[in-house]
Amino acid sequence: MTTQTTASGTPSTPATGAPSGLFGIPSHIGRALATAGGALTIVSTFTAWTWTDAFPGDLTIYGYPGGLQVLVLIGGVLTTVFGLATYGIKGLRWLIPAGGDAALKLAALATFATAWYTVLAISTELGGLVNLEPGGFFVAITSLAALVGALALPFEQPTPDFIDPDATRWERRKHQAAYGLAVVKAAFATSGTRRPLRSLPAYAEILIIVAILGLGLTVFTYGIGTPYDELFIGFLITVGFGFAALNKSGLVGQASQLTARHQSITTCGAFVAAALFPFTQTNDQYATLGVYILIFATVALGLNIVVGLAGLLDLGYVAFLGVGAYAAALVSGSPSSPFHVHFPFWAAVLIGAAASLVFGVLIGAPTLRLRGDYLAIVTLGFGEIFRITANNLDGTSGPSLTNGSNGISSIPNLDILGFDFGAQHDIAGVTIGRFANYFFLMLIITAVVVLVFRRSGNSRIGRAWVAIREDETAALAMGINGFKVKLIAFAVGASLAGLAGTVQAHVTYTVTPEQYQFAGPIPPNSAFLLAAVVLGGMGTISGPLIGAALLFLIPNKLQFLGDYQLFAFGIALILLMRFRPEGLIPNRRRQLEFHEEAEAPTVLSTTGA
Amino acid sequence: MTTDTTTKGATPDATAPGEVVLDARGVTMRFGGLTAVRGVDLTVNSGEIVGLIGPNGAGKTTFFNCLTGLYVPTEGEVRYKGNVLPPKSFKVTAAGIARTFQNIRLFANMTVLENVLVGRHTRTKEGFWSAVLRGPGFHKAEAASRERAMELLEFVGLADKAEHLARNLPYGEQRKLEIARALASEPGLLLLDEPTAGMNPQETRATEELVFAIRDMGIAILVIEHDMRFIFNLCDRVAVLVQGEKLVEGDSATVQGDERVIAAYLGEPFEDAPGDEEVAEVEAAEAHAENTTDAAPGKENDR
Repeated sequence: MTTQTTASGTPSTPATGAPSGLFGIPSHIGRALATAGGALTIVSTFTAWTWTDAFPGDLTIYGYPGGLQVLVLIGGVLTTVFGLATYGIKGLRWLIPAGGDAALKLAALATFATAWYTVLAISTELGGLVNLEPGGFFVAITSLAALVGALALPFEQPTPDFIDPDATRWERRKHQAAYGLAVVKAAFATSGTRRPLRSLPAYAEILIIVAILGLGLTVFTYGIGTPYDELFIGFLITVGFGFAALNKSGLVGQASQLTARHQSITTCGAFVAAALFPFTQTNDQYATLGVYILIFATVALGLNIVVGLAGLLDLGYVAFLGVGAYAAALVSGSPSSPFHVHFPFWAAVLIGAAASLVFGVLIGAPTLRLRGDYLAIVTLGFGEIFRITANNLDGTSGPSLTNGSNGISSIPNLDILGFDFGAQHDIAGVTIGRFANYFFLMLIITAVVVLVFRRSGNSRIGRAWVAIREDETAALAMGINGFKVKLIAFAVGASLAGLAGTVQAHVTYTVTPEQYQFAGPIPPNSAFLLAAVVLGGMGTISGPLIGAALLFLIPNKLQFLGDYQLFAFGIALILLMRFRPEGLIPNRRRQLEFHEEAEAPTVLSTTGA
Repeated sequence: MTTDTTTKGATPDATAPGEVVLDARGVTMRFGGLTAVRGVDLTVNSGEIVGLIGPNGAGKTTFFNCLTGLYVPTEGEVRYKGNVLPPKSFKVTAAGIARTFQNIRLFANMTVLENVLVGRHTRTKEGFWSAVLRGPGFHKAEAASRERAMELLEFVGLADKAEHLARNLPYGEQRKLEIARALASEPGLLLLDEPTAGMNPQETRATEELVFAIRDMGIAILVIEHDMRFIFNLCDRVAVLVQGEKLVEGDSATVQGDERVIAAYLGEPFEDAPGDEEVAEVEAAEAHAENTTDAAPGKENDR
């Protein structure tokens, strides 16, 4: 009786611990299949996949790829190159410093997912498989072959846990599911040890950084410019799995080592790359997105000082953006402002930042005596108080200041030193429109925030913030005036948001209370700001910037989600917190905090943020 | 600045030996109806190591918290070098009293060096603007802080682990780091709350050496400890706290010989204390119990 159950309970896998693949194909055939599949996928993207151009992107042309085919092509190239690199071909070995098999698997997965998504989208949207040309079937087969071949590559099988022979069927099934998950996880785990980064001459390293930044700009520009839903989804699939493949290959790790070695150059380069963005656009349509993303990202970065460094959970942060915007709008010469004054921009910026600072201190002084959840609730309350007060200062239910729910409208365009931000300008033969003008201005504000974040984070005050976050009692015992230090963090965060608000008022023409809610479908609002910080990675600079870009772009591009947008957002956030609680770009500190069991890279090479 | 030796740099407020550093008079601490500490007097002179012992729940840590500004005593006052202590713990540290904690409270996700740099907080002034503008003064102060922190790490023997995360240090080194962090605030009095808890004999001995070395820097030390050998080796004077009141104070020999202290720790012997007969009986019972546990698996096999 007992022996029988034990036997059936053992999963039917080959000898435990021995390396073998998910499929029973010999590894040399699998590798060949994956590489050849990748190569043939590349070929297939040059054929027609469907007979009609009713599917967006025009996939009917022989000779060159279009639309989603480009993404499949990129996936195919990645797969082929990684496949060749795992053969140990000279000149390609630098691509796989951490072993190529896992990278090959993920690259094949990226190709497969994008190709099959395209094929299925064609079939469903046009009504049936009959709409596929031979090329469509061909790419489906080749990408599948590549994936099967890649998954047949051997990997270290995990040892199954012992099963209690008395376990019920349900428990046994649960156990098998867990083991299956462990096998899949192991299949995509890197096996080899990491090769250390070779040290190159400085100019070569800088050239590589420039190339990386250029690649980043290209990917971002491509994503922002995707004209239809299918392409954007395909873009997300390819970028997601492709990035994972690069990460597994160890290239991402080497790139981050390289950028850490040349931090200032990387930061400057990133700003130059961002400044080049408007020049890649032919019209102002996507520059609009750019400037809104930048406003959102800058405010998120300001919030990151408060949340990421000092550990103060602020749920009403958008109010500071509102204060800055209102302050700038009131002195902008708008006809609906009760003060009929028109200050120059520098004065408006100072007033906006100062007003937010005062508001921040006023809110912070009573609330910062609270800790944790209580602070969060009180700041949430103050955020709403700001919005409702702005709504009521309309002359009937309160003094006339903000024009109530109509807000302050017709805010004139900025004019700095004769440069009219509302007009088009020709720079280097490229026409730069209104939003692009504001994009450049906003970029300067972002640079200021990045500078403040970096410098304050790595100093006496920044260390005090982190100490307070880590252990407030011990920090007090070390002589840190907790209240004062927290108030500084709060005030700095507030005035940086106010700074962004002054530009925002001019970009949007109108400032209304409804722009500054706790939660709403359109970022920036407090919930989305916090989500951007958490999603991107607390305590880092690039984290909130990327988090904000994603949080702005995804709802904006996936219009078909419609009412389910917030729902999808919630699901995504739960999944992220379950599988990557430290955010997309983790701070080294945070990563260690959340993954205690991971083998400890004991040395924290870059101190501070 | 840089030419200063460790000893000199560490003792800005070092005082002549014999001078009263800490003077607690009639400290009473009540929490509602409960009196945790009642009328305790204690003085610590400079260059002295004073021990504070007592059974669990005697009010040692409460008394400590009164000395560090975490609690404000209900009655009585605490003076540090003649001035009444301010009621905030960060001000107490600024005044010159540093402490360590019974359960280690390092900033676990900061590096070893950063931990010590946080300890320098009260002795540096660079604020937010100086950090953002990064004038020459900022770099100078930062470099000086780092140098001083490295000296302290050298002193406790952690210099080669400066870039490690504090959480990754072994237990004994975390204790050392906590001491280094406390020393970074350049105290005149160091309060150690059970510095050898959980240590093995070698580590305890090393800690003893460390405490003597700190005393030689001219810093007075008040230490709570349960390890009697450690306390009696180390301290010039020992005070015994029992149920919130000071029972005895004196040198090691006085305290060790005091019957009330023994009674407080071990309890009074009863009227009929167990004799040899009872001991033998207990031993027999234990031997029998061992047999039964051995047999236990066999019993299970029968089933």
